[in-house]
Amino acid sequence: MERNRNLPIKMTEVCLRDGSHVVAHQFTTEQVQSIVAGLDSAGMHYIEVSHGDGLGGSTIQYGRSRVNEMELIETAVAACKQAKVAVLLIPGVGTVNELKQARQLGAGLVRVATHVTEADVSAQHIQIARELGMEVCGFLMMAHSAPVEKLVEQAKLMQSYGAEAVYVTDSAGALLPEQVRERIRAMRQALDIEIGFHAHNNLSVAIANTLVAIEEGATRIDGSMRCLGAGAGNAQTEVLIAVLDRMGIQLGIDLYEMMDLAEDIVGPILPQPQEIRKGSLVMGYAGVYSSFLLHAERASKRFGIDARDILMEVGRRKAVGGQEDMIIDVAAELAQIRRAGV
Amino acid sequence: MKKIKAAILGSGNIGTDLMYKLERSSVIEIAAVIGIDPDSDGLKRARERGYPVFDNGIEAIVNQPDLAEIVFDATSAKAHVRHAKVLKELGINAIDLTPAARGPFVCPVVNLTEQLEKDTTNLNMITCGGQATIPIVYAINRVANVSYAEIVATIASKSAGPGTRANIDEFTMTTRQALEQVGGADQGKAIIILNPAEPPILMRDTIYCEVAQMDEAAIRQSILDIVQEVRQYVPGYCLKQEPLFEENRVTVFLEIEGAGDYFPPYAGNLDIMTASAMRVGEQVARYLLDGRGVSLGTE
Repeated sequence: MERNRNLPIKMTEVCLRDGSHVVAHQFTTEQVQSIVAGLDSAGMHYIEVSHGDGLGGSTIQYGRSRVNEMELIETAVAACKQAKVAVLLIPGVGTVNELKQARQLGAGLVRVATHVTEADVSAQHIQIARELGMEVCGFLMMAHSAPVEKLVEQAKLMQSYGAEAVYVTDSAGALLPEQVRERIRAMRQALDIEIGFHAHNNLSVAIANTLVAIEEGATRIDGSMRCLGAGAGNAQTEVLIAVLDRMGIQLGIDLYEMMDLAEDIVGPILPQPQEIRKGSLVMGYAGVYSSFLLHAERASKRFGIDARDILMEVGRRKAVGGQEDMIIDVAAELAQIRRAGV
Repeated sequence: MKKIKAAILGSGNIGTDLMYKLERSSVIEIAAVIGIDPDSDGLKRARERGYPVFDNGIEAIVNQPDLAEIVFDATSAKAHVRHAKVLKELGINAIDLTPAARGPFVCPVVNLTEQLEKDTTNLNMITCGGQATIPIVYAINRVANVSYAEIVATIASKSAGPGTRANIDEFTMTTRQALEQVGGADQGKAIIILNPAEPPILMRDTIYCEVAQMDEAAIRQSILDIVQEVRQYVPGYCLKQEPLFEENRVTVFLEIEGAGDYFPPYAGNLDIMTASAMRVGEQVARYLLDGRGVSLGTE
């Protein structure tokens, strides 16, 4: 592959954070310990561990964690010999207090995430993370929902606060390869720092999109083993590593070890195979935040409304990441309309 | 009828909206609008309305301490820390619309009367999310004992000024504390979300409470009662739909439409802040008019 930027590619495994949505935030310390130890041994660069909605996300709104995320972070740090433990922080959900705690426990990288148009709420968190001696990336979520110029403008804000990389985060799994290309290209031309890409596989183009992103110059890449991430999951890490290897790009991560880990340790954790079913497909199609899937399925059962109708309506109302409360509200409203209509 | 003189410190969005509201007060007279930028839209509008205008910030009050008996501080949390000290020394009642939290938290329908009996030196208006959701937590707590209250405030991006954006942690932490201290929850949690949709969305708040004594009928009635009380000063304060009950959990959805004074109606978050501050200011003014004077706390 011809790449537009020849820096080494840094891979982040997100199954212990993004995959937290899939297991309804029920990860145990044993699971975290064995997955992190395996990843570390295989040579993974960064391993993200947090509640699915980032630090402080254990709530009624998003679902409560079975084990306090700080305990999971501590476990992960202890299991790492070479890899760096990363955490996610969404300002408005978590605060610098949780960030400081995670730093004390040994987290080395934080990704500060905002909706693609709201980067300025991340200034204080990015600055403080730098002061704490952490590596810091900005994470612009729902990147499909804003024009390219807006995305670039917001990425530049994060750069100005001190972010060392900014991610195009396709939270809805709605971007198509050419849309990824124009976004990464525009950012590469406008930014001095690294660019990252975080995919969701709702339209089955997570790997394709990631390859385009790498070609255009993205050097920070996310994946989840067995697609253990919200919606239909992310770019499947072990597959991506194999594909990149075939394209002549070595990440220094052992493919066989990753395959074994994905098969033997991650596989049994999956509540069901992460195939693209109608729920996740409609999210990519309608451009809805991937972690809404389980919440919509639950609301569908509770109110007797098709999950797709709920997700389409939530998309129509332009919900942003974090607005899980709108799912219940919409479902209850649709149920009311249906009752009135009968 | 005699009115109490008040000054508005801060000529940004909040200060300017408050100016339009205080114009309608029967007990408060706007004696000064104070900013630091003579060209700000707020000061221009204040001049047009014929109010005495100052552009030297808190100095205006230091130079002329009898300018006002009540100062509404709509600057920033950082500035208020300094202002609080100055105003206290001058014996002027401060109503703080920043999340500085120097004085006790006040929510008009919950603890205003009680607070006025104790101390009116510096009253803190918490946050917009707090003013919207604490009445509901309080209403549920008084009949069902709330062990955990969690609120999600979603506001239009356009209604979040640079102050809110730079201090989003202060918002979540101050709101959480007030859910406990004023709302009565044993434990609180606050989440804020900015939504950039066009046209801008109305402010929405979702309140989740876990209760020790579930009594659906009593909870429903208590919520309806408090909504009526809040509507007396925030007419656009509405239940978006019937409260939902599930096991020990109550979920309440609110939507708040602003009065459209300075801000467009979608900015219910800003409206509830200025409307609540005016409510508090008017009660303080009535106390002063009754000759009950300023109580300067324990000093």
